[in-house]
Amino acid sequence: MDKNEYKKYAKKTAAKSPVLKDCVIAFLVGGGICCIGQAFSSLYSYVGLGDDTVTTFVPITMIFLGGLFTVLGLYEKLAKYAGAGTIIPITGFANSIVSPAIEYKTEGLILGVGAKMFVIAGPVIVYGTLASVIYGLIYYFFGGAV
Amino acid sequence: MEFVRAFITGGIICVLAQLLIDYTRLTPARIVVLFVSLGVLLTALGVYPKIVDFGGAGATVPISGFGYSLARGVQQAVKEKGFTGVFTGGITAASGGISAAIVIGYIFALLGKSKEK
Repeated sequence: MDKNEYKKYAKKTAAKSPVLKDCVIAFLVGGGICCIGQAFSSLYSYVGLGDDTVTTFVPITMIFLGGLFTVLGLYEKLAKYAGAGTIIPITGFANSIVSPAIEYKTEGLILGVGAKMFVIAGPVIVYGTLASVIYGLIYYFFGGAV
Repeated sequence: MEFVRAFITGGIICVLAQLLIDYTRLTPARIVVLFVSLGVLLTALGVYPKIVDFGGAGATVPISGFGYSLARGVQQAVKEKGFTGVFTGGITAASGGISAAIVIGYIFALLGKSKEK
Protein backbone atom coordinates (compact mmCIF):
# COMPACT_ATOMS: atom_id res chain seq x y z
CA MET A 1 0.00 0.00 0.00
CA ASP A 2 1.60 3.30 -1.03
CA LYS A 3 1.13 6.60 0.72
CA ASN A 4 -1.86 7.74 -1.31
CA GLU A 5 -3.61 4.47 -0.99
CA TYR A 6 -3.10 4.57 2.71
CA LYS A 7 -4.49 8.11 2.88
CA LYS A 8 -7.58 6.97 1.02
CA TYR A 9 -7.92 4.00 3.29
CA ALA A 10 -7.53 6.11 6.42
CA LYS A 11 -10.09 8.60 5.16
CA LYS A 12 -12.57 5.86 4.40
CA THR A 13 -12.23 4.35 7.82
CA ALA A 14 -12.43 7.71 9.56
CA ALA A 15 -15.48 8.64 7.50
CA LYS A 16 -17.46 5.89 9.14
CA SER A 17 -17.44 8.12 12.14
CA PRO A 18 -18.22 5.97 15.12
CA VAL A 19 -19.50 8.94 17.14
CA LEU A 20 -23.15 7.96 16.95
CA LYS A 21 -22.38 4.35 17.83
CA ASP A 22 -20.11 5.50 20.67
CA CYS A 23 -22.87 7.69 22.05
CA VAL A 24 -25.54 5.01 21.85
CA ILE A 25 -23.33 2.52 23.71
CA ALA A 26 -22.28 5.15 26.27
CA PHE A 27 -25.96 5.99 26.81
CA LEU A 28 -27.02 2.38 27.29
CA VAL A 29 -24.13 1.33 29.50
CA GLY A 30 -24.03 4.55 31.54
CA GLY A 31 -27.80 4.52 31.93
CA GLY A 32 -27.69 0.84 32.84
CA ILE A 33 -25.07 1.37 35.55
CA CYS A 34 -27.16 4.20 36.99
CA CYS A 35 -30.17 1.89 37.04
CA ILE A 36 -28.18 -0.60 39.11
CA GLY A 37 -27.48 2.27 41.50
CA GLN A 38 -31.17 3.13 41.52
CA ALA A 39 -32.00 -0.49 42.28
CA PHE A 40 -29.71 -0.48 45.34
CA SER A 41 -31.16 2.86 46.39
CA SER A 42 -34.68 1.42 46.24
CA LEU A 43 -33.59 -1.77 47.97
CA TYR A 44 -31.89 0.08 50.83
CA SER A 45 -34.92 2.35 51.31
CA TYR A 46 -37.20 -0.68 51.14
CA VAL A 47 -35.38 -2.48 53.97
CA GLY A 48 -35.85 0.64 56.06
CA LEU A 49 -32.52 2.45 55.94
CA GLY A 50 -32.69 6.21 56.42
CA ASP A 51 -32.07 8.67 53.60
CA ASP A 52 -28.59 9.59 54.86
CA THR A 53 -27.55 5.97 55.08
CA VAL A 54 -28.89 5.26 51.61
CA THR A 55 -27.03 8.22 50.05
CA THR A 56 -23.82 7.01 51.70
CA PHE A 57 -24.13 3.33 50.92
CA VAL A 58 -25.28 3.44 47.30
CA PRO A 59 -21.95 4.99 46.15
CA ILE A 60 -20.06 2.57 48.42
CA THR A 61 -21.90 -0.37 46.84
CA MET A 62 -21.17 0.92 43.36
CA ILE A 63 -17.49 1.43 44.25
CA PHE A 64 -17.38 -2.14 45.51
CA LEU A 65 -18.92 -3.47 42.30
CA GLY A 66 -16.58 -1.35 40.16
CA GLY A 67 -13.59 -2.71 42.08
CA LEU A 68 -14.84 -6.27 41.87
CA PHE A 69 -15.42 -6.14 38.12
CA THR A 70 -11.98 -4.60 37.68
CA VAL A 71 -10.28 -7.41 39.59
CA LEU A 72 -12.21 -9.96 37.55
CA GLY A 73 -10.95 -8.24 34.40
CA LEU A 74 -14.51 -7.56 33.21
CA TYR A 75 -14.55 -3.79 33.60
CA GLU A 76 -11.76 -3.27 31.05
CA LYS A 77 -13.60 -5.45 28.57
CA LEU A 78 -16.76 -3.41 28.97
CA ALA A 79 -14.81 -0.14 28.88
CA LYS A 80 -13.37 -1.00 25.48
CA TYR A 81 -16.81 -0.60 23.97
CA ALA A 82 -18.60 1.67 26.39
CA GLY A 83 -16.14 4.58 26.68
CA ALA A 84 -17.70 7.33 28.76
CA GLY A 85 -20.47 4.93 29.79
CA THR A 86 -17.95 3.18 32.00
CA ILE A 87 -15.70 6.17 32.79
CA ILE A 88 -18.28 8.62 34.14
CA PRO A 89 -20.22 6.45 36.63
CA ILE A 90 -18.60 6.10 40.05
CA THR A 91 -17.78 2.48 39.15
CA GLY A 92 -15.25 4.00 36.74
CA PHE A 93 -13.78 5.96 39.64
CA ALA A 94 -13.28 2.65 41.46
CA ASN A 95 -11.78 1.18 38.31
CA SER A 96 -9.34 4.10 38.06
CA ILE A 97 -8.17 3.29 41.60
CA VAL A 98 -7.95 -0.49 41.43
CA SER A 99 -6.55 -0.86 37.94
CA PRO A 100 -3.27 1.12 38.36
CA ALA A 101 -2.91 -0.17 41.92
CA ILE A 102 -2.82 -3.73 40.59
CA GLU A 103 -0.60 -2.81 37.68
CA TYR A 104 2.02 -1.16 39.88
CA LYS A 105 1.86 -3.67 42.71
CA THR A 106 5.30 -4.92 41.73
CA GLU A 107 6.70 -1.53 42.79
CA GLY A 108 5.69 -2.22 46.37
CA LEU A 109 2.86 -1.43 48.74
CA ILE A 110 3.90 2.16 49.42
CA LEU A 111 5.00 3.73 46.15
CA GLY A 112 3.31 1.08 44.04
CA VAL A 113 -0.19 0.45 45.40
CA GLY A 114 -0.35 3.38 47.84
CA ALA A 115 0.70 6.04 45.37
CA LYS A 116 -0.68 4.75 42.07
CA MET A 117 -4.19 4.30 43.49
CA PHE A 118 -4.47 8.06 43.18
CA VAL A 119 -3.29 8.57 39.61
CA ILE A 120 -6.83 9.60 38.62
CA ALA A 121 -8.63 9.62 41.98
CA GLY A 122 -6.07 12.17 43.24
CA PRO A 123 -6.89 14.85 40.67
CA VAL A 124 -10.61 14.18 41.18
CA ILE A 125 -10.31 14.76 44.92
CA VAL A 126 -7.96 17.75 44.49
CA TYR A 127 -10.19 19.63 42.04
CA GLY A 128 -13.39 18.56 43.77
CA THR A 129 -12.07 19.89 47.08
CA LEU A 130 -10.76 23.10 45.49
CA ALA A 131 -14.12 23.73 43.85
CA SER A 132 -16.02 22.99 47.05
CA VAL A 133 -13.88 25.35 49.17
CA ILE A 134 -14.17 28.12 46.58
CA TYR A 135 -17.93 27.60 46.56
CA GLY A 136 -17.91 27.53 50.38
CA LEU A 137 -16.16 30.92 50.49
CA ILE A 138 -18.63 32.41 48.02
CA TYR A 139 -21.54 30.90 49.91
CA TYR A 140 -20.18 32.17 53.24
CA PHE A 141 -19.55 35.74 52.12
CA PHE A 142 -22.36 36.22 49.61
CA GLY A 143 -24.79 33.38 50.21
CA GLY A 144 -26.61 35.05 53.07
CA ALA A 145 -25.48 32.34 55.48
CA VAL A 146 -24.98 33.04 59.21
CA MET B 1 -40.75 5.07 36.47
CA GLU B 2 -37.83 6.15 38.63
CA PHE B 3 -35.72 3.57 36.79
CA VAL B 4 -36.59 5.08 33.44
CA ARG B 5 -35.67 8.54 34.73
CA ALA B 6 -32.41 7.24 36.22
CA PHE B 7 -31.58 5.48 32.96
CA ILE B 8 -32.23 8.54 30.81
CA THR B 9 -30.47 10.99 33.13
CA GLY B 10 -27.39 8.81 33.60
CA GLY B 11 -27.34 7.98 29.92
CA ILE B 12 -27.43 11.63 28.85
CA ILE B 13 -24.63 12.60 31.25
CA CYS B 14 -22.47 9.81 29.81
CA VAL B 15 -23.28 10.86 26.25
CA LEU B 16 -22.14 14.42 27.01
CA ALA B 17 -18.82 12.99 28.19
CA GLN B 18 -18.63 10.69 25.16
CA LEU B 19 -19.08 13.69 22.84
CA LEU B 20 -16.18 15.41 24.60
CA ILE B 21 -14.04 12.30 24.12
CA ASP B 22 -14.91 12.02 20.43
CA TYR B 23 -14.82 15.67 19.43
CA THR B 24 -12.07 17.09 21.65
CA ARG B 25 -8.78 15.53 22.56
CA LEU B 26 -9.48 15.66 26.25
CA THR B 27 -8.22 12.59 28.07
CA PRO B 28 -10.65 10.62 30.25
CA ALA B 29 -8.83 11.91 33.37
CA ARG B 30 -9.48 15.52 32.35
CA ILE B 31 -13.10 14.78 31.55
CA VAL B 32 -13.63 13.14 34.94
CA VAL B 33 -12.07 16.16 36.69
CA LEU B 34 -14.18 18.48 34.53
CA PHE B 35 -17.37 16.62 35.46
CA VAL B 36 -16.63 16.73 39.19
CA SER B 37 -16.01 20.49 38.96
CA LEU B 38 -19.15 20.95 36.88
CA GLY B 39 -21.07 19.00 39.51
CA VAL B 40 -19.92 21.53 42.14
CA LEU B 41 -20.66 24.51 39.88
CA LEU B 42 -24.12 23.32 38.84
CA THR B 43 -25.02 22.56 42.44
CA ALA B 44 -23.87 26.05 43.43
CA LEU B 45 -26.16 27.44 40.72
CA GLY B 46 -29.02 25.32 42.00
CA VAL B 47 -29.31 23.33 38.76
CA TYR B 48 -27.89 19.97 39.78
CA PRO B 49 -30.22 19.44 42.76
CA LYS B 50 -33.11 19.65 40.28
CA ILE B 51 -31.43 17.04 38.08
CA VAL B 52 -31.04 14.81 41.15
CA ASP B 53 -34.71 15.30 42.06
CA PHE B 54 -35.63 14.14 38.58
CA GLY B 55 -33.05 11.46 37.87
CA GLY B 56 -32.15 10.03 41.29
CA ALA B 57 -29.25 7.63 40.93
CA GLY B 58 -29.00 8.72 37.29
CA ALA B 59 -27.55 11.97 38.61
CA THR B 60 -25.77 10.78 41.76
CA VAL B 61 -23.97 7.73 40.35
CA PRO B 62 -22.09 9.66 37.62
CA ILE B 63 -18.95 11.36 38.89
CA SER B 64 -20.66 14.77 38.66
CA GLY B 65 -22.75 13.49 41.58
CA PHE B 66 -19.54 13.45 43.61
CA GLY B 67 -19.27 17.19 42.96
CA TYR B 68 -22.91 17.54 43.94
CA SER B 69 -22.35 15.91 47.33
CA LEU B 70 -19.21 18.03 47.92
CA ALA B 71 -21.11 21.24 47.17
CA ARG B 72 -24.18 20.28 49.17
CA GLY B 73 -21.95 19.32 52.09
CA VAL B 74 -20.30 22.73 52.01
CA GLN B 75 -23.67 24.48 51.89
CA GLN B 76 -24.96 22.63 54.92
CA ALA B 77 -21.74 22.97 56.89
CA VAL B 78 -21.52 26.72 56.29
CA LYS B 79 -25.11 27.08 57.48
CA GLU B 80 -24.40 25.06 60.62
CA LYS B 81 -20.82 25.96 61.52
CA GLY B 82 -20.11 29.19 59.70
CA PHE B 83 -16.61 29.77 58.39
CA THR B 84 -15.24 26.40 59.57
CA GLY B 85 -17.77 24.76 57.29
CA VAL B 86 -16.03 26.23 54.24
CA PHE B 87 -13.17 23.81 54.88
CA THR B 88 -14.92 20.86 56.51
CA GLY B 89 -18.17 20.59 54.55
CA GLY B 90 -17.04 19.15 51.24
CA ILE B 91 -14.76 16.36 52.35
CA THR B 92 -17.03 15.49 55.29
CA ALA B 93 -19.93 14.88 52.92
CA ALA B 94 -17.71 12.87 50.58
CA SER B 95 -15.82 11.02 53.32
CA GLY B 96 -17.87 7.83 53.07
CA GLY B 97 -17.16 7.51 49.38
CA ILE B 98 -13.49 8.43 49.69
CA SER B 99 -12.80 6.04 52.59
CA ALA B 100 -14.69 3.24 50.89
CA ALA B 101 -12.82 3.85 47.63
CA ILE B 102 -9.48 3.67 49.45
CA VAL B 103 -10.30 0.59 51.55
CA ILE B 104 -12.08 -1.33 48.81
CA GLY B 105 -9.49 -0.26 46.24
CA TYR B 106 -6.65 -1.37 48.48
CA ILE B 107 -8.15 -4.78 49.21
CA PHE B 108 -8.92 -5.46 45.56
CA ALA B 109 -5.43 -4.29 44.60
CA LEU B 110 -3.97 -6.89 46.94
CA LEU B 111 -6.27 -9.57 45.53
CA GLY B 112 -5.60 -8.71 41.90
CA LYS B 113 -2.77 -10.21 39.94
CA SER B 114 -0.61 -7.82 37.98
CA LYS B 115 -0.03 -8.88 34.43
CA GLU B 116 3.47 -9.96 33.49
CA LYS B 117 5.21 -7.19 31.61
